[in-house]
Amino acid sequence: MVLIHILVSFLLGTGLFFTFVGSIGLLRFPDFYTRLHATGKCDTLGAGLIILGLLVYHFFHYTETPLIPTKLVFLIFFIFIANPTATHALMKAAYQIGIKPWRLGEKRQ
Amino acid sequence: MISIFLATGILISIAIGLSLYRVVKGPGIFNRTAAVNIIGTKTIALLVVMGYYFERPYFFDIALLYAMINFIGTLVFAKYLEKGNLWS
Repeated sequence: MVLIHILVSFLLGTGLFFTFVGSIGLLRFPDFYTRLHATGKCDTLGAGLIILGLLVYHFFHYTETPLIPTKLVFLIFFIFIANPTATHALMKAAYQIGIKPWRLGEKRQ
Repeated sequence: MISIFLATGILISIAIGLSLYRVVKGPGIFNRTAAVNIIGTKTIALLVVMGYYFERPYFFDIALLYAMINFIGTLVFAKYLEKGNLWS
């Protein structure tokens, strides 16, 4: 059981690391496109890893309720499909409207 | 193990607070929309962690619903910003 706790803690810590990297990228990058580049991947992976860790925790602690891990698997699946799609739609809308990408030497937006 | 869940929830809340800066400050509507989308994704993870911390599995249904609403809201907002109206 201690090994399961270590595994769950490792998955939660990795998810938190990616979540924080996404947040810092959202704060620090100079442009809209680079900000979405940072957060669109890091945040998807962070949320997926956190939910995966809780799924592993559920499998070894509450073995009598098999419906709830199914919901969590659906949640991971939906996040991994929907979040990059939303990022792509937002970025394509910004490109169609005509927001210029940041070039080296310009002022930070 | 419960304390680890509590620490995870607090750290996700701190990350949400960091992202909230971009909602308030960020120049233009696209930065704000992207930051709201990111906050929604973090909120899903926070809801699942809260469901294990309080030992109430009903939070997972709310998390599923929140994921769908976040996705559809971002898509509708992107289409509105791109085309100018929603029904064309």
